[in-house]
Amino acid sequence: MAELADIPNEFIKNELDEFVEREDERAELIDLYSRSAPHLLEIGAAILSGRNEDADRLTVEALERGTGALEVMDDGLIAGMALVGIKFRENFIFVPEVLACARAMKAGMVHIEPILSASGIEPLAKVIMGTVKGDLHDIGKNLCIMLLRGAGFEVIDLGVDTSADEFIDAVEEHGATLVGMSALLTTTMPNMGRTIDAFIDADVRDDVKIMVGGAPVTPEFADEMGADAYGDNAVECVQVAKRLAGVAG
Amino acid sequence: MSSFLARIADGDVLITDGATGTYLQQNGLEPGGCPEEFNSDHPEVIRGMAEAYFAAGSDMVETNSFGGSRYMLAKYGHGERVEELNRLAAELARSAAPEGCFVLGSIGPTGEILAEKGGTADSEEMYGVFKEQARGLAAGGVDAVCIETMSDLTGEMSLAIRAVKEATGLPVVATLCFDRGPRGLFTMMGDTPQSASEALTEMGADVVGSNCGIAIGDMIDVIGAMRQATDRPILTHINAGIPRIEAGEIVYPDSPEYMADQMERVVAAGANLVGGCCGTGPEYVRAFVSRLRGTAP
Repeated sequence: MAELADIPNEFIKNELDEFVEREDERAELIDLYSRSAPHLLEIGAAILSGRNEDADRLTVEALERGTGALEVMDDGLIAGMALVGIKFRENFIFVPEVLACARAMKAGMVHIEPILSASGIEPLAKVIMGTVKGDLHDIGKNLCIMLLRGAGFEVIDLGVDTSADEFIDAVEEHGATLVGMSALLTTTMPNMGRTIDAFIDADVRDDVKIMVGGAPVTPEFADEMGADAYGDNAVECVQVAKRLAGVAG
Repeated sequence: MSSFLARIADGDVLITDGATGTYLQQNGLEPGGCPEEFNSDHPEVIRGMAEAYFAAGSDMVETNSFGGSRYMLAKYGHGERVEELNRLAAELARSAAPEGCFVLGSIGPTGEILAEKGGTADSEEMYGVFKEQARGLAAGGVDAVCIETMSDLTGEMSLAIRAVKEATGLPVVATLCFDRGPRGLFTMMGDTPQSASEALTEMGADVVGSNCGIAIGDMIDVIGAMRQATDRPILTHINAGIPRIEAGEIVYPDSPEYMADQMERVVAAGANLVGGCCGTGPEYVRAFVSRLRGTAP
């Protein structure tokens, strides 16, 4: 069994030791990072520090020296975002820091994505994300999208004020298997249920798993409207998406 | 000193109003509709709301202009009506205000994140947007401006305070929205009630405080922490609890009586101006007045 001392990057090791308190998460991340190549952990460290120029450069260098794109993504970019998500959930960092980390991740991801799609490697899953009809708020949804992309999902962002038809059309157009709906207003929250009803009426409800979130949304409400899952925050959104997509996490 | 600040300095606990959005939803605002549109299209509803709050015993009401910034109004195609809709909001509340009562011009978040905080909004532009809204409110005759439900203390809130002071010279009430996380109470951007209270005071807010986001128990903690770090008056507008769904309907769990029962603790924690946020209405104000003044209006 791997130990903290086996992690070949001082910064990542110290961050993990300081900020990851749950035993199961510690064990999982120690296992992940101790197996990762040092030059990939450098990428993770750059992301965790929000250094997008470094993330960009280190990703290019890793690809140039022949490390596979998938490995760079998993052990570098995604591994870095895993710690970001935990620090955010536990109030060690907040929205500005997460946005900086997400930007660094994106700086690396732009080099990975074309390689993956050219070689026919599929994302974890395709996710359609949108704020529901009548609601113009997108800060929380956008945060979820960044973390989903950071975890290896392909996300199609429908923006705000998204009608049921737009959700359904996007699912069909992209062959997506996951749908995420957001609402900030109590008044627009019922439109989540109406959108789910529209999926049923269009006979496509069984083609997708639907997750919901947003400030006024509760697990009970998610149940009542017939959603498959609820996430309390952007980190949970990623966990929920992984569970619904049937991947470990 | 303005008559508004002088009234606070008299030392009485002042009672503000309840929610605007909740009232409008009960009076014809469609889900996803533009609340500020009511200022021109349904002025009788907006004036009636102010009248209802004053009749319930409010010492002041807020204007129907929470989403009255150019950023927000543009989403409804009203980006060129900022001055008009804010002025009307102020005039309608003013026209309902009895002698000795006040009107606070409401300014809510822009819905944007500043570039320096990882978003895309330009700070100079946002500063101008706040000035534009504040000028409209001032033209309609507000006594003070209440910048509320803000999450970004050092960015958006700071810009708004400077902009309102620069554009109008009016007293500024500045309230932030906190959430309880695993490590305590923080804004979305990571500021604590205590540090925020200190910073708002340094920024020159005449009244500091907190509104929305949490139920009254957590708000008492927020107010207590803010009081440690400022000698300014504190305002709080508190939700009627965290909403839940019962039989398909959205229900705010905290009753007027329950909240009124807790209001003495809110005042003891350090609040000088108290009122309701989401889910509260005139019946809440009536309960607060009755409990804090010992008399029903």
